[in-house]
Amino acid sequence: MKIAAFVKQIPDQAAPQALDPDSFRLVRSGKMIIDDSDSYGVEVSLQLAEKLGAEVVVVSMAPGQETSGVRTALAMGAASAIVVSDDQLAGADALLTARVLAQAVSRTGADLVVAATESTDGYTGTVPAQVAALLGWPALTFAKELEVDGSTVRIKRQTEDGFDEVEAELPAVVSVTAGSVVPRYPSFKGIMGAKSKPVELLSLADLGVAAEVGERVLGVRDAEARAAGEVFEDDGTAEERIVAFLDEIKVL
Amino acid sequence: MEGTVAGARRSLEELFALDQLLSSEELEIAAVVRRWVEEAVKPSVAEWFESGELPARELALELGKLGVMGMHLDGYGCAGLGAVAYGLACLELEAGDSGIRSLVSVQGSLAMKAIHAFGSEEQRQQWLPPMAAGEAIGCFGLTEPDFGSNPAGLRTVARRSGGDWILNGSKMWITNGHIADVAVVWARTEDGIKGFVVPAGTKGFVASPIHHKLSLRASATSELVFEDLRLPADATLPGGIGMRAPLTCLGEARFGIAFGALGAARDCLRTAIDYSTTRIQFDRPIGGFQLTQKKLAEMALEWGKGMLLAIHLGRTKERGQVLAEQVSAAKMNSTQTSLEIARECRAILGANGISLEYPVARHMVNLESVYTYEGTYEMHTLVLGRALTGLAAFT
Ligand SMILES: Cc1cc2nc3c(=O)[nH]c(=O)nc-3n(C[C@H](O)[C@H](O)[C@H](O)COP(=O)(O)OP(=O)(O)OC[C@H]3O[C@@H](n4cnc5c(N)ncnc54)[C@H](O)[C@@H]3O)c2cc1C
Ligand SMILES: Cc1cc2nc3c(=O)[nH]c(=O)nc-3n(C[C@H](O)[C@H](O)[C@H](O)COP(=O)(O)OP(=O)(O)OC[C@H]3O[C@@H](n4cnc5c(N)ncnc54)[C@H](O)[C@@H]3O)c2cc1C
Repeated sequence: MKIAAFVKQIPDQAAPQALDPDSFRLVRSGKMIIDDSDSYGVEVSLQLAEKLGAEVVVVSMAPGQETSGVRTALAMGAASAIVVSDDQLAGADALLTARVLAQAVSRTGADLVVAATESTDGYTGTVPAQVAALLGWPALTFAKELEVDGSTVRIKRQTEDGFDEVEAELPAVVSVTAGSVVPRYPSFKGIMGAKSKPVELLSLADLGVAAEVGERVLGVRDAEARAAGEVFEDDGTAEERIVAFLDEIKVL
Repeated sequence: MEGTVAGARRSLEELFALDQLLSSEELEIAAVVRRWVEEAVKPSVAEWFESGELPARELALELGKLGVMGMHLDGYGCAGLGAVAYGLACLELEAGDSGIRSLVSVQGSLAMKAIHAFGSEEQRQQWLPPMAAGEAIGCFGLTEPDFGSNPAGLRTVARRSGGDWILNGSKMWITNGHIADVAVVWARTEDGIKGFVVPAGTKGFVASPIHHKLSLRASATSELVFEDLRLPADATLPGGIGMRAPLTCLGEARFGIAFGALGAARDCLRTAIDYSTTRIQFDRPIGGFQLTQKKLAEMALEWGKGMLLAIHLGRTKERGQVLAEQVSAAKMNSTQTSLEIARECRAILGANGISLEYPVARHMVNLESVYTYEGTYEMHTLVLGRALTGLAAFT
């Protein structure tokens, strides 16, 4: 069995972030790292692979043949990686991203895709379901736990009052939520070993995907500053007023 | 290109284009240690510092799992990495706390290095794998109550008794001493100074904590006393006789400090920069005042120059060409620079600067120890003085 773990490589969120004022794209100049959300997906994949004796292949689409975030996943224990890079992908929307990733998955021969629920920088939260639709595979989303039993994949999906159990037949796409596992630290030996693991660099032409972008960002504006909250001076009625307020916003 | 945008905020690393000097594996190693420090050290270190207690066993195990312990040594479960990777790990650890870096320096560069370089094959097999895994903790006893800068005068003595050795004397200011499973102890014998491998719990060996420290509080510091401590004949490190052996180990640890101290300084600087952009006085962030900017700019410069020297030293060491005087120069520079940066950042934080809620005062007082141990600033000054003039002002 082969598991394709999606890894989005994004600018280090600790560094100052900026949107390019002309293209409205994120400025991706500095160091790129594995999206923290995806380190959970990689950990889930590795744990599953260790249990099943399966292999994890990392799949990523990124500008400039970026591999530093992918190396982290390899150092954690993934066996190999596919990175799709192409100048024509600049400004790709979520659907084009999904087309590229779906095509890359087909190349790996994986029977299970593990992605995160949403990325930290773009966070449309649409890519995993789009990939599933493009591949014609079931999408099992928001998984807190994941297990594979023969050809059946089963997840627990966190809900407000507990969790749903959802299952499907492989092949399938699963998106996992952060916090479900603790991503391991890559060991120094893992880091050095990652150097010699195969990373396949592909272009759009290699995949046979056309660079069609259906979406255009017309403008970007700052979010409205949050209005200051209402301050209750406690004149003895604060408790009542707070309860009434909570009732009004329907959280009670 | 964004690269040419003027007016963008830059990180310290960017100002000096440091990443360009490092391989992707080195950056990755630094990132892993940084993450571990963020998760395992930073949330608790102020508490450890305040209480003077450190969960050293747990930390050692985690560090062993990462591969940090003895990472620059070859074989016996060690990662076998280069000098710069080791330096960067020290830097990231010390960005958490000098005490955590001390734990690792003493383990890897002093205790393990001594056994690795001067031990018998049996000693290496017995001690290095569990020490690399962080399952066994080591300490290194050279300094004595009456012999610090002049360790060659040490008085701890090992006499032969039949096939055995009998050890008497004491050691002072020994990092990891009372938590160690094994002590590498330097003693005078009739053949000259020799190293001894002393397992904790051996009869006649007492290690007790030194209290009332105002620096390196998140680190175990101890006094070791040996009273008619009987050791078997094979307890000596066969490979090293004379001061050369302990000095070799100290050279390794000193190298780590050249990077490490700059980690503490980086944490102070980042904290002060953040603080200066958010603390408002006279209706302006204090970072908008020219005096604050001059301080920050000058500190950044000193820090960057220190990093360039440290990385250059590391590359020289990786080529096997490093001179002891070069390590002295970098140790001097990094500790002095970092101590000054910590003091200046302390001032930028105003009253908050003296609080354990911020890391700066903690780093500042820690760096006083770092300035003193592994050869004081003054002793390294004399080493450079001797190198420049050919005249020894000491010995
Ligand atoms: C500010 C901003 C606003 C945007 N708005 C839109 C918009 O409204 N509509 C739109 O279509 N696009 C939008 N985009 C573009 C979108 O972010 C990118 O197309 C991106 O490549 C995929 O979307 P996502 O990051 O939102 O993915 P999500 O759907 O949030 O990602 C979910 C998971 O899919 C996987 N994944 C996603 N991208 C990759 C990748 N490149 N490589 C490997 N795995 C991946 C990861 O596991 C990820 O956690 C926007 C981008 C920005 C920066
Ligand atoms: C927290 C901590 C942990 C330590 N851990 C260890 C450890 O694990 N193992 C170990 O063996 N030791 C350890 N040490 C000891 C450390 O190495 C010594 O403190 C150091 O070598 C200085 O010795 P001293 O304190 O006896 O000072 P002294 O040698 O008495 O020096 C006092 C002052 O005199 C100056 N001085 C001395 N000689 C000269 C000279 N010729 N010319 C000019 N000035 C001079 C010194 O620079 C210093 O300023 C540790 C110390 C500390 C504080």
